[in-house]
Amino acid sequence: MMRPAMRLWPHPILSLFLTLFWLILADSWTFGSLVMGGFLGLAIPLLTAPWWPDKPRLKRPALLIPYIGIVLYDVVISSLHVARVILFLRPEEIRSTYVAVETSLTSPEAIALLAGTITMTPGTLTADLSADGKVLLIHALHAPDPQALRDDIHSRYEARLKRIFA
Amino acid sequence: MSLAATIIEIIAAALLVAGGLFAVIGSLGLLRLKQSMQRLHAPTKATTLGIGSALVAVAVHIWLNEDRLALRELAVALFFFLTAPLSALFLSKAHLFRSEDAAKLPPTGTKAGWATLSEDNPAEPSHPQDRKA
Repeated sequence: MMRPAMRLWPHPILSLFLTLFWLILADSWTFGSLVMGGFLGLAIPLLTAPWWPDKPRLKRPALLIPYIGIVLYDVVISSLHVARVILFLRPEEIRSTYVAVETSLTSPEAIALLAGTITMTPGTLTADLSADGKVLLIHALHAPDPQALRDDIHSRYEARLKRIFA
Repeated sequence: MSLAATIIEIIAAALLVAGGLFAVIGSLGLLRLKQSMQRLHAPTKATTLGIGSALVAVAVHIWLNEDRLALRELAVALFFFLTAPLSALFLSKAHLFRSEDAAKLPPTGTKAGWATLSEDNPAEPSHPQDRKA
């Protein structure tokens, strides 16, 4: 049984972020914007609550900060990698392939974050998820060695996400 | 103009040039790559970084000349990084659904098939709330 406050305000942190981002995007720090932002911060979590049945449980949220740093760094490396493939490889030299990568993450938020990270990082793109949510389908732009790619995802991203999410 | 301001201005200019270069490379990728799935890589990575660096350049410029933090530009950059993987995922799902690639996919290794393609095997709801509905 949910308490009434929980029902009206299911995701307090999400609400705070929505209000804050409304103020930032509107770039006006006035009372009027705060009211509008506050309204959106309350309404959006309520309207989308059916798709967010549980609160994401973070075991060690502070570890998200180094994680974001690593991903930002990898986005730069990734763009250089893609630029190299686009500019210097002939189309018939590009060895694109699909790779199935199993994941032991269970929280939907963690899997979503892993999938997003894979898309933004060197040479890989999340193409699909298995119906039971245990395997990610990765498309690699130029991967002569699929096994190395799998190990990289496990050690670089998945292990860190496992420490962040409960 | 002081030396520090000049250096910061040079950094902003360099970011702007890098941003433009990556945007061009991303678009070039759309032209040069042959398969649909390969073409998805160019805009998700190169173009996102291109737009990201242009926005950071704007933020640096505003910080230098108007002496305020350009939170809005940084927030827009953040949203680009959050939404690029989602649009890429939806495009690739649409591609899998329509193309003959489906027959060539590696097996999942579990009982369930790939989510986009399995018709007889709907995703097992992972939340008790969903099961009631």
